[in-house]
Amino acid sequence: MEISANAQALAYLVSAVLFILGLKGLTHPASARKGNFFGMAGMAIAIGATLLGSEVQSYGFIIAGVAAGAVIGSVLAARVQMTAMPQLVAALHSFVGMAAVLVALGTYLNKAQAGLLNPVLMGELSAGIVIGAITFSGSVIAFGKLQGLISGAPVIFKGQHALNAVLGLITVGLAVVFATTEASWALVLMTLLAFVLGFTLIIPIGGADMPVIISMLNSYSGWAAAATGFTLGNNLLIIVGALVGFSGAILSYIMCRAMNRSIINVVFGGFGGDSEGGPSALAQAAEKGVKAASVEDAIYWMEDANRVIIVPGYGMAVAQAQHALKELMELLEEHGVEVKFAIHPVAGRMPGHMNVLLAEADIPYDHVLEMDEINPEFATTDVVLVVGANDVTNPAAKTDPSSPIYGMPILDVAKARNIYVIKRSMRPGYSGVENLLYYQDNCSLIFGDAKDVCEGLVTALKGGGH
Amino acid sequence: MPDTLVALYVFVLACFIGYFVIWGVTPSLHTPLVALTNAISGIVIVGALLVTGAESAGTTAEILGFFAVLLASINVFGGFLVTNRMLAMFKKKDKK
Repeated sequence: MEISANAQALAYLVSAVLFILGLKGLTHPASARKGNFFGMAGMAIAIGATLLGSEVQSYGFIIAGVAAGAVIGSVLAARVQMTAMPQLVAALHSFVGMAAVLVALGTYLNKAQAGLLNPVLMGELSAGIVIGAITFSGSVIAFGKLQGLISGAPVIFKGQHALNAVLGLITVGLAVVFATTEASWALVLMTLLAFVLGFTLIIPIGGADMPVIISMLNSYSGWAAAATGFTLGNNLLIIVGALVGFSGAILSYIMCRAMNRSIINVVFGGFGGDSEGGPSALAQAAEKGVKAASVEDAIYWMEDANRVIIVPGYGMAVAQAQHALKELMELLEEHGVEVKFAIHPVAGRMPGHMNVLLAEADIPYDHVLEMDEINPEFATTDVVLVVGANDVTNPAAKTDPSSPIYGMPILDVAKARNIYVIKRSMRPGYSGVENLLYYQDNCSLIFGDAKDVCEGLVTALKGGGH
Repeated sequence: MPDTLVALYVFVLACFIGYFVIWGVTPSLHTPLVALTNAISGIVIVGALLVTGAESAGTTAEILGFFAVLLASINVFGGFLVTNRMLAMFKKKDKK
């Protein structure tokens, strides 16, 4: 069976509509799964219509590729830990980038064979290759940083921006040479340079800026798909590319806004590293005049509270403390305490990271509130428990105009009656800024691993009931 | 209107759709959003199929195409399945 070009175009239209509806489904958790199924249906229709079209004449390589991809993809999806989601996403971004490069190179070979090359087509091919290659190598670096294969600290050297600018200009120049002269050496050189550019663009960015990087590479992978669409004259790829490209761009914007930094600042910043060490936590704390508390102290206030708000951060993810927090939540609720979770937009290593981890621990999503929703409630809250979050709770962002993080939107934790912060050590957050919260009279620190402390709280609550 | 211009029209209008749809996505689902957009950007598989299956495809193009199909389908399957896995975890408070 073979379908006409018009039938194929109509099928692509249906598929595009399904993708839009699929994304729209994510407006609310209740409709989200249906949205995902719309997306799957859209993809099935798109692939089916392509295979049935007149352009596809041989199936051997295709079947082999899809079968292998299906197995690898399904295994990855089934096995990945929720804490490792940023890594998986980075890996998948790199695959889209590389696929776009391969498609562009293959299209070039096929069109050259058929004698159909023209400057516009080769310009579009170049765009696909360059964006795809940057997406690929940039995502590989992001993956390495997230997985801890390479240091999360920003790698900065003199003349870095100048180097990137020169590399970028040469790449564009080579694309122009290729498009106007069909010189294949320019194509090869351009491809290689674009891969290098991906590395040099992402390597200076620190591990804690990952939410922005993940979003940015998400956006790039969309533009790579759109460029492929232009090359092939395929409207479906153009539409999907634009949707994905904008999704990533908006997420980048939201993440930057939540850090009160511009995208330029993040991309060129080299902000923060992850240093460890120094004198023991308690010694430093005593010196600085912060209070240390035990889990029993915290439980004493928590079990009689009307409301407890838990503020999770990357430390919770690292320690895998979400399951202990869920148990703590249930026990407190049995004591008649209202428990809520407060999420800052840049908590974790990718947008919405905390929400997924809490959902994984079976914490109902109506207990989990975003910054703007929960901020008015802190002032009337008895106890706030901060689990591995730091900068996003620092009142200096509001009160100290000289602070580097001044102007950053924060969770108004400081206004609560009692604050307990679980911390491994006294070292500052990734911004390197002292958290003024810790010096407030109503704030105490509980030193230890987030998971151990949370389990300690659960045990204390079970044991010490009135 | 030449084809490239039509493509540009489609592109620009799709950007607007993207803009409005994505702002509607609830922040709590931003991770599934990234995973879902990952899956649907696997749409480059369409390009990969066209390259691999083309009548004029030589061996080199077929091999490039094979790897493109492979990578794009990892995205498609991995992306949709992991999105589904995540979304299945988002539950309301169960009635006890």
